[in-house]
Amino acid sequence: MGLAKRIIPCLDVDNGRVVKGVKFVDIRDAGDPVEIARRYDKEGADELTFLDITASHEDRETMVHVVEQVAGEVFIPLTVGGGIRTLDDIRRMLNAGADKVSINSAAVFRPEFVKEAAERFGSQCIVVAIDAKKVSQPGEPDKWEIFTHGGRKPTGIDAIEWAKKMVGYGAGEILLTSMDKDGTRSGFDLPLTRAISEAVNVPVIASGGVGCLDDLADGVLEGKADAVLAASIFHFAEHTVGEAKQRMAERSIEVRL
Amino acid sequence: MSSVAVIDYGMGNLHSIAKALQYADSSVNVFVTADGDDILSADRVVFPGVGAIRDCMYSLKQSGLIQIIKEAAKAKPFLGICLGMQALLTDHEENGHTQTLNIIPGHVVRFTEPLQDQSGATLKIPHMGWNQVRQMQHPLWENIPQDSRFYFVHSYYARPDDQATIAGITDYPKAFTCALAANNIFAVQFHPEKSQTAGLQLLKNFLHWDG
Repeated sequence: MGLAKRIIPCLDVDNGRVVKGVKFVDIRDAGDPVEIARRYDKEGADELTFLDITASHEDRETMVHVVEQVAGEVFIPLTVGGGIRTLDDIRRMLNAGADKVSINSAAVFRPEFVKEAAERFGSQCIVVAIDAKKVSQPGEPDKWEIFTHGGRKPTGIDAIEWAKKMVGYGAGEILLTSMDKDGTRSGFDLPLTRAISEAVNVPVIASGGVGCLDDLADGVLEGKADAVLAASIFHFAEHTVGEAKQRMAERSIEVRL
Repeated sequence: MSSVAVIDYGMGNLHSIAKALQYADSSVNVFVTADGDDILSADRVVFPGVGAIRDCMYSLKQSGLIQIIKEAAKAKPFLGICLGMQALLTDHEENGHTQTLNIIPGHVVRFTEPLQDQSGATLKIPHMGWNQVRQMQHPLWENIPQDSRFYFVHSYYARPDDQATIAGITDYPKAFTCALAANNIFAVQFHPEKSQTAGLQLLKNFLHWDG
């Protein structure tokens, strides 16, 4: 027995309410973040990730209150991402009760931000979120690049090199989302997940594309992910976190039951 | 009303631990403080910490808390968490050997890379996530099933000189000491405040323990 693979439900939060986009359009409102966090905790979630998708900066304060409320009654690790651009943003979230913050586009715009954040707050609370898309043609060796703006804007940065660089700068964990798979419910991009996981020595969380429980297990077994993140399969109560763990255990993956 | 002081020396977020202590027992007066007199007058003391050991020792020196912590650790129920556990030993490998508090004799060393499990798969550093703890007899484990999982995030671990101080062991992949006990002191590498039911039970046990 040893370290368990983690299952991390993700809550997309817009102005204090949980929503989930399918390919970032067609968003459906489904509830109060504190209530949902409580439910996931009871079901056995190993951590929770909140992604703040609030558009305007002024409304971001709402997220701080959500984190405060959740941290007051749910005692598992909490990660907050979305709009983390300054050391002050990080401090506010940690003070509200977050354990980690996830940095995405701010790292692409200015990679040194990750270094400064890790030096100030410690690598253990700095997650770098990587949105990657396949750019190689069929028949060519696999190649993925970093995209920003919800997968619309290419950067020309190679995903594997970027992951290594971010770990060198102090990222304590990588949250890897396949922009090709996100919202498709056809499973993780397993070759991408495996390539990144084998390239870095920090934990990698697989994200993007989960449509069924076996997708989660595949992410660990074939993608070599240390943790798997999913939103919609848990969010619309198609499956509980407990069922996900049961399926992973059936496939001989060590989980916290 | 019994009181518990959570030592604040500028290393990381103490809200989680304060909230978890309060949740574990709402009748206890939990306060976060950097004041020496407050710490010494509390019934119990929690010494948390995250980050790098050199910064931790520097902050302790700057805030004048080293003697206070040594004093508190002599007499009252004292709980070290994560870096607050590591700081109790004699020295630490991080930042090219850092002298620590020497309250429990021993060393803190890094997991040596590359780590591999039995199947040959690489194990990541930091050791992050939920792992099992083999408990040695101690009141702080009361009502927590043997081999329960707790949440860890660390790259260094304690190697105490005296085997009798080992109160808990975890495998990654080799066995390492994840809990220490010496008289009125209990210290854990994992985060009880982030370890759901098992963690809250441990905090509750601490709040009812007389050392």
